[in-house]
Amino acid sequence: MIEVVSLSKRFGATVALEDVSFQVAAGEVLGFLGPNGAGKTTAMRIITCYIPQDGGAVRVGGLDTAERSVEVRRKIGYLPESAPLYHDMGVREYLGFVGRVRRIEPPLLGQRLEEMIEICGLKRMQHRLIGTLSKGYRQRVGLAQTLIHDPEVLILDEPTSGLDPNQIAEIRDLIKRIGREKTIILSTHILPEVEATCSRVIIINEGRIVASGTPRELTSRSQGAPRVYLTVEGAAAADVEPALRESGLGQEVRLIEALDGRARFALGCEAADPEAQLFRLAVRQGWTLTELKRETVSLEQVFTRLTTRETAES
Amino acid sequence: MRNVLIIAGKEIRSYFNSTIAYIFMVVFLVLTALLFFELQKFFVIGQATLRDFFGLVPIVMLFFVPAISMRMWAEERKLGTLETLMTLPLRDGEVVLGKFLAGLAFLLITLALTFPLPVIVSALGNPDSGALFCGYLGLVLLGASYLAIGLWISSLTENQIVAFVTAAVACLILFIIGVDVFLTAVPSWLVPFLKGIALGSRFSSIERGVIDLRDIVYYLSIIGFFLFLNMRSVELRKGA
Repeated sequence: MIEVVSLSKRFGATVALEDVSFQVAAGEVLGFLGPNGAGKTTAMRIITCYIPQDGGAVRVGGLDTAERSVEVRRKIGYLPESAPLYHDMGVREYLGFVGRVRRIEPPLLGQRLEEMIEICGLKRMQHRLIGTLSKGYRQRVGLAQTLIHDPEVLILDEPTSGLDPNQIAEIRDLIKRIGREKTIILSTHILPEVEATCSRVIIINEGRIVASGTPRELTSRSQGAPRVYLTVEGAAAADVEPALRESGLGQEVRLIEALDGRARFALGCEAADPEAQLFRLAVRQGWTLTELKRETVSLEQVFTRLTTRETAES
Repeated sequence: MRNVLIIAGKEIRSYFNSTIAYIFMVVFLVLTALLFFELQKFFVIGQATLRDFFGLVPIVMLFFVPAISMRMWAEERKLGTLETLMTLPLRDGEVVLGKFLAGLAFLLITLALTFPLPVIVSALGNPDSGALFCGYLGLVLLGASYLAIGLWISSLTENQIVAFVTAAVACLILFIIGVDVFLTAVPSWLVPFLKGIALGSRFSSIERGVIDLRDIVYYLSIIGFFLFLNMRSVELRKGA
């Protein structure tokens, strides 16, 4: 649906994007991840035909953004960062304006307007001036504006930034609901958001793609051998430690703390599935296991590693 | 054309939703009336002439028209709505023209409201509908030229005050270089050139009742030229 081929853009001396290529299939939700200033917004602005690129090409639904700009824009619903809206227009008035520009004709226009107000939870606010609305409601008006013409492609730049936790959850739900039949690119620097909503992730840093894949792929790729934490009760730490070493599960055994007859260990395992073996070992030795937990690498750690290493080098 | 009208409609609505539109209008009308009756000594001279009226309005418009145009692009840039607007399926030219038409409509409404003034004058003296028509035609052409200039300047900044002051000064200069008082003070070889480009000199001749096609073409090309510059500046600066 969206094809980006070796896109590059510079602003004066700063490189905003350098040779960025990726594709988004129809129906996919792609998460754009990166620290502030990584080039997420620039990439989105090029895809939505707001600014021209310096090199490379973007095609949306097979149409080149440079040549068929107006047609491309017709296919896209775009929510820029922080949802800029006209403060002295009413909610309905504004949505009606966007609808007319989007060529939705009157009988359908009214119907779509009601639908959007319903879906985005704007019923109580529909006659207010946008300038008097809170941040969360403005964000919803912004979303309604991107959805009114039922676009094939949605591009959302930090759709949940600046919202409170309840609002974030609502907006995420909304994105998930409408995202089932649409192609979406969503940028964020909030990681749980990506894990919650995206089917694929691209991490960009300093204008380059540093990683891409499903959230699970990214975490498992950088995980390596699993590390397990276990706490044993009713046995002396000095007895447990050699038993663990001899079990052949892994050589890296570290005592974290021993308190009140409890000992907590970290075990770097070589086996892929160490939990079952550890449990049987505990049974044989007559230990009481009060904790057995595998350390999981979160997307957050992957992200921090990828983006800080790059920055440190440059 | 449809898109142009949609944009113009949006501009006018958001204008009238804010009180500022009414304030500008009232200030313009009150100021025009005050200056007309007081400063021009209408009652003292006791002469019924439209000349004074049509000599005065272009000066008041120097401040009024930049006040209309100052927000049109600057506010879009300030609020960031330029990004939502320019990613809608619209051509740059349609948006520029839509904004211009909205400003023009606002100007026409306001000028129409000044109509009682010359009517009073005409009722008191000998009415001259031809001069009245020419005068208003001149005002509209002149106002539309100010508007095109102001709109372009508004697209260069995100600060409305800067847009206002710059546009007012630019219009003032372009107007004043064609005024007789000014022309007598410059070297004579400059006079034809200044008269050629000035907004004011053409206005004087239209207002005297001489409708020359060249003058109309002149105003239309000024408008076209600045709208073109406006398109270019929107194209170049939207990404910055």
